[in-house]
Amino acid sequence: MIANFGFGVLFITFLVTLYSVFAAIYGDRRQIPALVESARRAMLMTWPLLTLTAGVLIYLLINNHFEVQFVYEVTSRSMPTYLKVTAWWGGQAGSLLFWSWLMSAFASLVTLRKWDRDREFLPWVIVVACVTMAFFIGMNVFFENPFAQLYQTFEGVKPYTFRPPDGILMTPDDGRGLNPLLRHPGMIIHPPMLYLGFVSFVIPYAFAIAALITGRTDDRWIRLTRRWALWAWLFLSFGLVLGGRWAYDVLGWGGYWGWDPVEIAAFMPWLTGTAFLHSVMIQEKRGMLKHWNMLLIILTYDLVIFGTFLTRSGVLSSVHAFAQSAIGPLFFTFIGFTLIASVALIIYRWSGLRSETEMTSMLSREALFLLNNLLFMSILVVCFWGVIFPLISELFSGQKVTVGPPFYERATSPLFGALMLLMGVAPLSAWGHSTVKTLGRTLWKPAVAAVAITVLLFFTYTQKIGALIGFFLVAFVILVTIYEYWRGAYARQRSQGENIFTAFWNLTGRNRRRYGGYIIHISMMLMAIGILGIEIFQVETQGTLAQGESLEIAGYTVQYKEIASWSDAPAGVNYTRSVIDIYRDGKFLGELNPRIDYYFDSQQTMTIPGNRSTMRDDLYILLVDWEPVSSTGATFKIYVNPLVNWLWLGSLLFLAGVVIAAWPEKEAERVPVTVRARVPQQEQTPSAAD
Amino acid sequence: MKVVYIPKLLVAAFLALSLAFLASPAPAQGPTPTDDEVNRIAKQLYCPVCESTPLDVCPTEACRQWRDLIRTMLADGKSEEEIKQYFVTQYGVRVLDEPPNRVLTYLVPGVAILLGGLLLLRGFQMWMKPSGTGTAAVENQPAQDPYVARLEEELKKQK
Repeated sequence: MIANFGFGVLFITFLVTLYSVFAAIYGDRRQIPALVESARRAMLMTWPLLTLTAGVLIYLLINNHFEVQFVYEVTSRSMPTYLKVTAWWGGQAGSLLFWSWLMSAFASLVTLRKWDRDREFLPWVIVVACVTMAFFIGMNVFFENPFAQLYQTFEGVKPYTFRPPDGILMTPDDGRGLNPLLRHPGMIIHPPMLYLGFVSFVIPYAFAIAALITGRTDDRWIRLTRRWALWAWLFLSFGLVLGGRWAYDVLGWGGYWGWDPVEIAAFMPWLTGTAFLHSVMIQEKRGMLKHWNMLLIILTYDLVIFGTFLTRSGVLSSVHAFAQSAIGPLFFTFIGFTLIASVALIIYRWSGLRSETEMTSMLSREALFLLNNLLFMSILVVCFWGVIFPLISELFSGQKVTVGPPFYERATSPLFGALMLLMGVAPLSAWGHSTVKTLGRTLWKPAVAAVAITVLLFFTYTQKIGALIGFFLVAFVILVTIYEYWRGAYARQRSQGENIFTAFWNLTGRNRRRYGGYIIHISMMLMAIGILGIEIFQVETQGTLAQGESLEIAGYTVQYKEIASWSDAPAGVNYTRSVIDIYRDGKFLGELNPRIDYYFDSQQTMTIPGNRSTMRDDLYILLVDWEPVSSTGATFKIYVNPLVNWLWLGSLLFLAGVVIAAWPEKEAERVPVTVRARVPQQEQTPSAAD
Repeated sequence: MKVVYIPKLLVAAFLALSLAFLASPAPAQGPTPTDDEVNRIAKQLYCPVCESTPLDVCPTEACRQWRDLIRTMLADGKSEEEIKQYFVTQYGVRVLDEPPNRVLTYLVPGVAILLGGLLLLRGFQMWMKPSGTGTAAVENQPAQDPYVARLEEELKKQK
């Protein structure tokens, strides 16, 4: 009954979004403001309706309504309540509903703003947001119903939206439970964060389409959605970082990124989103690249849908699974339709998107930003090809292939290196014009300092060429960025008479986008240190140790002390926990407890590493769960991951940088200025200063 | 009783051969390879059953047996290439962490990136003024509405 009610509300929401689309289009075409307003209100209604739908689903999840297929698949009696709530996005049907709920929230937020200057955008923003919403809700309604219930029929137990004629409602005693890997805090936050990023990018896209349709091809749509794009990028970035942290903590292979197609699916819109954030500055400052910015946001939108499609449609397991899955072809069609329609609009408005100025130098900031875009698109091409090549191979030759980390690392490393070099050069170039001489004058000091640091590292840390190049680039970028920051603060200190710290603070406050951007660049370099450390210097070993036995790795001595196993029946878990003592140079550093958790409901294990973290390295120990543990010995896999914690530290600084960059600007400072003006005797003409 | 005389040379040859046989090491029975040696190869192979899971970290029973097989093959003196080839023969090229056709794998993105670079170069040529040198000041962004244009005109007059 409750499930049917939930489905009913969902279906009504679907109809409301369809109404909103048609009312907005008809109202705009026929110039009926009341109808456009009706469409806006209909769209505003979707959020409370979807909240009610979600509330029903959460109620069913918490209260063990296992007759509902989705509840049966993702919960069990032994799961704590908070996990049952987060199981909402633990399966396909629920996560599609979650997507729609977030979309309705953001669409409502956007339409609640004042539209006085931009009234002509409103109907088309509503259309794009509601078409997207209707697509996702439609998939829930017609293909992946989260409220489908299990019925016993002559053909067996199957899920149905409505009771079949010969069906009897079946209520299993317990559910299958959430995959143990999804019970980690990182995995609880990671999908919502990713979806926040995905969904937020729909808003700039909606405004871009509105701009194309209405002919408002200036940069107004960019200015309106600048913060949306930045927050979307923040959420997406953090979603990726959290996914990496989750992988590091629970997947048991000592790494944070495996170039898995699902990871890449979320990474691709991040690449175009980053290119977009840089490229729009060119349009704002120089009135250039209007076609390209439109294309970038369209690409980002379609990659967002593609990313959701890749993780949900089953296409990655096999191209044939895609054809058998109901939602695969639908996603594909929707992506194709939106891409073709959007590009057609660009072509329609081609002349209106012409550049207003010309480029004067290949070393100007706009030229270097274009190079930045080329590099991001190049990495995108590598990733996209790596993901679809197995599908193409299977489709055309019948042969399945795997594209793993070696391809991605080999192909993208030089591109990332070039990007880092650009990050060091571009902040010191000028809008409009730079020459080798002017750039060289400002770059040589940070470059020399970076070389000095690299030479020091050569003698004290490593002789590996790849690592030295990487560290040189990191040092170069950080030094250039700090130098730029310092120059601005120093100039401010001299002109305003502030002390240097106040100058730094006020400088950042006055131009948050720029200096927030610099903080983001520095944070990226800290993350690069972590990545270089773990990718180039990681060492690993695996061995079976008897109790009391030890082994050596990278200067650490690891001694296996004991192991214990017990069950927690209410939680439905069996724990096998080991005790390992860690020594370095004979000094006792502490104890680690790698363990294996076995979940009875899903009959799956989770390996939890024992991890000792410092800024120097992680000593990461796994109890290998596929080797038998006995009184004579246990098998451990041990990784030493140098510098990896700079990756997580960098991500925190990144968060701060984006918040600063996205924070609303202060009012312009009032600075006293002396103006001479001739005032006529008879009458006073208002001056332009009024 | 008939006596059979065996030539001394023949007996000596037989004894020499027997000694040589006993003294030589048993073929394909070296020391047991370590977990690290097994994982070094297993890392380069993907589980034929699980999606996107390297063989050295795959937790399934099937993967454990495949790792044991690698250990046995290493102990038998097989090289890394021979072991990888065995898995390819049994399960197809998908077990490798890279497609065997490297040319196609790298050529397509390489060509695409090159085309992108050429496109950008063409764009630079289109956007650049013929004389792009000197110390030209940054151009102001064109005004977007008439009021702002008038405002800037007035400001210029007042300078």
